[in-house]
Amino acid sequence: MTILLFGITKDIIGTDTLAISDSTTIGTGKIQTVRELKSHLMKIYPDLRSLSSLAVAVNNSYAKDDKIINNFDEIALIPPVSGG
Amino acid sequence: MQNNRYERQTRLKEFGPEAQEKLSNARVLVVGAGGLGIPILLYLNAMGVGTLGIIENDTVEITNLQRQVLYTEKDLGRSKLEVVTERLQAQNSQTSLKLFDTFLTRDNALEIFAQFDVVVDGSDNFPTRYLINDACVLLKKPFVSGAIQGFEGQLSVFNYNGGPTYRCLFPSIPSPEDIPNCNENGVLGVVPGIIGNLQALEAVKVITGVGRPLSGTLLLFDGLQNRYQKINFALQPENLNIKTLQSSYGGQYCDLGTTKSVEELQQLLDKEVNIQLIDVRTEAEFEAFRLSEALNIPLDELELRVAEIDFKKPIYLICQSGIRSEKALLRLQELHKEAILYHVVGGVNKFLSSCQ
Repeated sequence: MTILLFGITKDIIGTDTLAISDSTTIGTGKIQTVRELKSHLMKIYPDLRSLSSLAVAVNNSYAKDDKIINNFDEIALIPPVSGG
Repeated sequence: MQNNRYERQTRLKEFGPEAQEKLSNARVLVVGAGGLGIPILLYLNAMGVGTLGIIENDTVEITNLQRQVLYTEKDLGRSKLEVVTERLQAQNSQTSLKLFDTFLTRDNALEIFAQFDVVVDGSDNFPTRYLINDACVLLKKPFVSGAIQGFEGQLSVFNYNGGPTYRCLFPSIPSPEDIPNCNENGVLGVVPGIIGNLQALEAVKVITGVGRPLSGTLLLFDGLQNRYQKINFALQPENLNIKTLQSSYGGQYCDLGTTKSVEELQQLLDKEVNIQLIDVRTEAEFEAFRLSEALNIPLDELELRVAEIDFKKPIYLICQSGIRSEKALLRLQELHKEAILYHVVGGVNKFLSSCQ
């Protein structure tokens, strides 16, 4: 699963693209929804927890927390930005 | 259109004199004449938008010049609105300019927006962005949103023909401790130029009906990879059920009403005997340099030691650079809604460089 990172999530995670391996996603069967992915990432990167407003896209479409995801999906984490 | 001024665009068969006529009848409001606002204003004015409104209340500073490319070194200290007006009038004398020398607030937003067909958001903070969204939803006006940070930008057209709104992507205002805000975040000079120009393009499409406005789609631009990603999103109908503006947009963190410059602080220190100045840096920082009037309550201990603060008197907060003092302000505001709070922009760093 590929996760594209934007804005502050890129700074928190320290890269602009994150790959999550098959074993994490399929082997244990843990990550099946956007909600589970978020909580998985928040465990590894606790600073993500402070983001109260974070949009997630799955395959270029906005996704709610209960959206089912699978290993071939491309995910994007999109925090709002405010600069002008 | 007596002359051939717009001939290079009216000759486009998709555009033509009809679209030009729509531009000349259009009333477009641009919020902010900063990094985004400047390219928006220059192109809409050049292309022949009939009425351009501008909301701007700032003066030109040296740190603006790397991205706000209309301003020159000669303009430092001048009102942005004044400089922009001169330039736009020289560029196109046919445009009717409506100038609003103010910050956008919940009290003036509806009255100002009502005078325009389309709003273009070139603001630099979340409270204003959410206020623009809500006011546009209330008045059923489309708005073209652009925002930047670092090497990245976001662009979308919201509330267009019943389409999705800003809140359909980001339902509520992020807390100021979440995400860099206002002018704190860095930005590469050319990035607002790219996003601002795309906003001008979207505004023209919304006005003329030429092409398809970026409604229901968020464009993400990453300048470092030159990557453009489009995210589709849908209307959440509850976001159209806005009956009034919120009583507050948490505007405190960019509202100049709660900030003091170091010069203002110096004047207060000169004038007043008993100013309640609270330094929220660590003890070690405080030992290294202190203002004699200041009481040291490190940010981490703020809630624990809140009893030491007199909420009946104005409270002035300072830190090293102005970030922690802003956080302290918000936290104290939560505890005492009625408190009179200020924080010193630029903090001790700025004080040492400007006032010593």
